[in-house]
Amino acid sequence: MSILVDKNTRLLVQGFTGREGTFHAQQMIDYGTVVVGGTTPGKGGTRHLDRPVYNTVREAMAEAIPNTSIIYVPAPYAADAIIEAADAGIPLIICITEGIPVMDMIKTCDFVKSKGARLIGPNCPGLITPGQAKVGIMPAYIHSPGKVGLVSKSGTLTYEVVNALTNAGMGQSTAIGIGGDPIIGTSFVDVLEMFENDPETEMVVLIGEIGGDAELRAADYIAAKMKKPVAAYIAGRTAPADRRMGHAGAIISSGDDTAAAKMAALSKAGAKVAEAPSEIPGLLQATMVRS
Amino acid sequence: MKIHEYQAKEVLARYGIPVQQGQVASTVDEAVQIATSIGKPVVVKAQVHVGGRGKAGGVKLAQNPEEARQKASAILGMSIKGITVKKVLVAAAADIAHEYYLGVVLDRASKRVLLIGSAEGGVEIEETAKTNPEKIIRISIDPLIGLASFQINQMAFGMEIPTNLQRDFSKTLRGLYNAFIETDASLAEINPLVIDSEGKLAALDAKIVLDDNALFRHPDLEAMRDLNEEEPSEVLAREAGLSYVKLDGNIGCMVNGAGLAMGTMDSVKLYGGEPANFLDVGGGAKAERVTTALRIILSDPSVKTIFFNIFGGITRADDVARGIIAGVQEVKTDVPMVIRLNGTNQEEGRRILSEAGYTAYSDMDLAAKKAVELAASR
Repeated sequence: MSILVDKNTRLLVQGFTGREGTFHAQQMIDYGTVVVGGTTPGKGGTRHLDRPVYNTVREAMAEAIPNTSIIYVPAPYAADAIIEAADAGIPLIICITEGIPVMDMIKTCDFVKSKGARLIGPNCPGLITPGQAKVGIMPAYIHSPGKVGLVSKSGTLTYEVVNALTNAGMGQSTAIGIGGDPIIGTSFVDVLEMFENDPETEMVVLIGEIGGDAELRAADYIAAKMKKPVAAYIAGRTAPADRRMGHAGAIISSGDDTAAAKMAALSKAGAKVAEAPSEIPGLLQATMVRS
Repeated sequence: MKIHEYQAKEVLARYGIPVQQGQVASTVDEAVQIATSIGKPVVVKAQVHVGGRGKAGGVKLAQNPEEARQKASAILGMSIKGITVKKVLVAAAADIAHEYYLGVVLDRASKRVLLIGSAEGGVEIEETAKTNPEKIIRISIDPLIGLASFQINQMAFGMEIPTNLQRDFSKTLRGLYNAFIETDASLAEINPLVIDSEGKLAALDAKIVLDDNALFRHPDLEAMRDLNEEEPSEVLAREAGLSYVKLDGNIGCMVNGAGLAMGTMDSVKLYGGEPANFLDVGGGAKAERVTTALRIILSDPSVKTIFFNIFGGITRADDVARGIIAGVQEVKTDVPMVIRLNGTNQEEGRRILSEAGYTAYSDMDLAAKKAVELAASR
């Protein structure tokens, strides 16, 4: 079953008829994800990609009954789209959009939580349970079904590691990008807990980067609660302090935010820490041999 | 985005915060004029985005306009941590009876706006945070409620603000918080907030850092950007919609995706090389983007090799290959390139590159090692 998305996912695409929404919706449909329709205010009642378009998420809920929503809406309007989805009762919301003002996310995350929903992202590539559902922008072909759960702040760096795992014959249960912004809906710890409780995941890979303390909290969780083996890679060892490295959240503002500090903490917690993304499969295989 | 002290003070003044009378000057004569019109002792302060101005000699007291001339002459044009001082703030000096710290910051871990205050302000605040953390008051703001009056009380009593100044303090804290929220800041701090010799509150220094993601809705604040403080190449990159940070090495990097770009720099370093830059060229394979990115990387004369590391998600590798070839032809350089290209249609993409005379790698580690080797040999 893996985590969060599978063959039971019924996906609504917010920003359905825009360029991004159209392209990625088609890709997800081609993969076999059940896409029930989408929203674009003003285009309700029309059809797109052979599916219904709605003006609002509430309308979509009444008819198409989605249980998941993915958002391809520009940054100035994306927080509103997330709130709309939670307000309409969607339990799992994935926001791909990069560039949402950070203050908007404080209220948005609180609101989503108050509705009992889960937000993944923003500024994330989405998630995929290989063979069952792709809910995001990742290239499907590099993934294969298997027992490694992967959680990452990054997009293309994740693909690098997934590629290495697939090539080593180590498929993935679910690969999830939580996003590179400073304030996000789902943390490393949230996902680690899901993987620890998922019978189909036997090993976990964590891909982090500089900025914030999410990886340190992950290390605490790994030490205290995880029995499954964890391999980790942290990007940004060569990043200078105080400079934003692409992702809004990738900025070193204190000694704890550095890649070195995070690698040390994860290692101490029992995770196997890689020096390069290609080392990940080997580190996981070593844990299998020992047990 | 950082803004200067004088700009931060302009913003905070609009929110009722007691900033000193003062003005910014770009020449010595201007500084003298301002000092004369203030008519009291002034402080001449370098306006640069880096910290440690005082220790570098960029903050000086001047008792009269003649002294202001001397101090401004010394400070204008000086270099502080690599930045040349082009402006000074000339502000009325204050006799300080007590220094406090007051700040509003975003705390990512708790997803909350945090108020931070201390009765022990000034340059030693970071020391205080380590040695006497109980002297730092932290109050978390609930987004539903905003800044509540009882929280202002909490802060005032925690910071031991004298009773007769509590009303002024309340106004200052509320102003600082409102400024933070309304400008979409990630940090707004007054350090030090002082009680001057007349017993009044005064904000002697102010710092505001703005959320880059929110600048689109603050064109007036975006206009405060100081291009003098930024590398010209970084300015160009931002205008082209590219993410670029100049570093000190000689291996230029062009990568799609911030995480992979950082990972690429790290791998270059791991194999003994020094990255010249971070550059996230983003998705899409248009020759135009590649050309712009190449020009930016090559504007750094120390670059001896360029390492392309592209893992196309949706972007097709053959499109990327064509984009790279066209881009390189546009720019015409003899700097050697190492290209690693993965993604949809990767075989086709690598074939196109080989036919054009490039070596196309599929393995990131091998490609990184080659780039390091090439740079070392030049």
